[in-house]
Amino acid sequence: MNRPQIILIGVNHKTAPVEIRERLTLEGDLVQSLALLKSLPEMDEVLFLSTCNRVEILAAAQNGSQALAALMKLWTEKSGLAVSELEKGLYVRKDNEAVAHLFRVASSLDSMVVGEPQILGQLKDAYRSASDTGSTGTVLNRLLHKAFSVAKRVRTETAIASHAVSISYAAVELARKIFGELNGKTAMLVGAGEMAELAAQHLKTHGIKRLIVANRTLERAVQLSKELGGEPIGLDEMDDALIEADIVISSTGAPGTVISGKRIKKIMRPRRHRLLFLIDIAVPRDIEPEVNKIDNVYLYDIDDLKGVVELNKSQREKEAKKAERIVEEEVIKFEQWLESLEIVPVIQKLQKKAENLRQRELDRSMKALKELTPKQKKAIETLTRSIVQKILHDPIITMKNGAKNGCDNKALLESACRLFKLDTVKDEKIAPSKEKRNT
Amino acid sequence: MYDLLFQITLFLYIGATVGFVMHVVTLKKGVRKVAFAILGTAFSLHTILLLLRWLAAGHTPLVNLHESLSFFSWSVAAFFMLFQWKERVRALGAFVIPLATFGMLGAAFYSRKVAPLPPALQSWWLPVHATICLVAYGVFTLAFAIAIMYVIQERQIKKKRLGAFFKRLPSLQTLDRMGQLCLKIGFPLLTLGIITGSLWADSAWGSYWSWDPKETWSLITWLLYAALLHQRLAVGWRGRRAAYMTIIAFGVLLFTFLGVNFVLPGLHSYSTWYE
Repeated sequence: MNRPQIILIGVNHKTAPVEIRERLTLEGDLVQSLALLKSLPEMDEVLFLSTCNRVEILAAAQNGSQALAALMKLWTEKSGLAVSELEKGLYVRKDNEAVAHLFRVASSLDSMVVGEPQILGQLKDAYRSASDTGSTGTVLNRLLHKAFSVAKRVRTETAIASHAVSISYAAVELARKIFGELNGKTAMLVGAGEMAELAAQHLKTHGIKRLIVANRTLERAVQLSKELGGEPIGLDEMDDALIEADIVISSTGAPGTVISGKRIKKIMRPRRHRLLFLIDIAVPRDIEPEVNKIDNVYLYDIDDLKGVVELNKSQREKEAKKAERIVEEEVIKFEQWLESLEIVPVIQKLQKKAENLRQRELDRSMKALKELTPKQKKAIETLTRSIVQKILHDPIITMKNGAKNGCDNKALLESACRLFKLDTVKDEKIAPSKEKRNT
Repeated sequence: MYDLLFQITLFLYIGATVGFVMHVVTLKKGVRKVAFAILGTAFSLHTILLLLRWLAAGHTPLVNLHESLSFFSWSVAAFFMLFQWKERVRALGAFVIPLATFGMLGAAFYSRKVAPLPPALQSWWLPVHATICLVAYGVFTLAFAIAIMYVIQERQIKKKRLGAFFKRLPSLQTLDRMGQLCLKIGFPLLTLGIITGSLWADSAWGSYWSWDPKETWSLITWLLYAALLHQRLAVGWRGRRAAYMTIIAFGVLLFTFLGVNFVLPGLHSYSTWYE
């Protein structure tokens, strides 16, 4: 009747340098590593997560400390690290702590950049490999699915992912605070660069109507327009384009000023003072800083955008606190499920025993009741079944509620086994069908 | 009965103000819904209140300061709800509803006695002129609140210090568009208010325009709004300058509405009659 123990051991970017982390990846291949871990007799279920920032093993075992010792042995052998070296950066989490840790990792609360969604994908891949190779079972299946749904809850219920930290995202966010919806707006790209193109693409996904691509050489402009879906122009046509544009992203490699304050002042009247948002991500800068002093013109250079990004980071940390609360909640729910795992076998035994008794007594009585019509026989069948169900109903409900309310159901279960003379279910594996029932 | 109802309405307006401010702080949907529910209740009660007053007085209850301020608040709330219905502008309630509440607080200070209407005001011009003017004031109050929001948001983006308001206030363009809409509705109303006032003056005192302080200041207010509308439509003025101009014009409007009565004696200083 032991409930399985969950253990998680690993290192991450905070606890161990990359020199240590890279030596803990076991075999070169994930599938091989899993096979190796599964070959340990102490393990029931196992998952191996290896990313550039962390290496972790998650396992479910009947005997946690034995499994832990086996894992440590395997890891020191495979990595060639001394036990003390390994233990320095290693964290060991058991049961609830392990569950909480996994939930935090999945929700990107333990990441280098908090809120970055990449880790969830990596964890899903790790789980897929593990479940494909049959390394996971009832407990880890449930645990991982729960981790994914916790991650989803955190993403939707907190703003942790919305304060994105990239420069191009910050640019779009600002544009939306200036213009509201971006549909129908015109953007202009001056010069080319990876970051500028990224920002342009970002703007496009937010509904920009037109994209003008200006370049020193028209040839390059034409080529870029094809890639991004824009209209190419030469630098000499830029004045007209500036009148039409709402958002300008400049990133030329020019050593001096490309857009002067005078030039912008001149175009504001023909623009009818429409708001203009200029983003200068070139170093050295393309746009004169004085431009920001002109009414209805907003100029952000690369450092200003970095400032926005920093601000978002601090807001993220606030949201992370909310996320931690969600994790705590979900850990408790998972714990309840784990406890209910011990109960299910007992209930099944109880039902099976009752059903066997009913069947036997019914068969015996039926011999004396041969004259009954099939309809009457059926009625007696139903009668016996419902008596059994009614009698068992309360004990089963009590056991189930015991797990939910977190009271000492171990004693309760033992009493149930003794009262009904059930065999202990200690060495029995949990049937896989229960997984479905509980999810 | 009237007094009690008035207190309840005032109290509800204060509650709605607290609700809208809390919504801006917490950004919780539920809080906004509650704030709207409180405001809706306040507005309904307020409407009943105005009707009761009308029945009790036997004439349009827009004669003394208590009545004017009360109706002013009502029209601010009405326009706010109309606007929200047309296009939801985030955080607008937190800026507008306090102003309506101020109007009600002001009304609470003045005498609520219903006195017989002086002969000069006994005319069907009274409801027409006073209603139009106060409704125009209501729209311009909304324009003022929107302009304040614009100035706050604009400053943050210009100075590149994106504080707590950055996330909470709408985009510059939305605010600018709404400000312009208010101006387009408010200006014709104000014009009509002055014209009806002038016609009334002719029938009551035999002269369309007598440079009474209220009239003079109304003209100044009208000229300011006319200039703003012209600049907006003809030159394409918008953004910061338009917002500042809206704020200044509203200051002058407030003086026309309230200040003139206290500072400058004249034909319109009706509040003094009942003090």
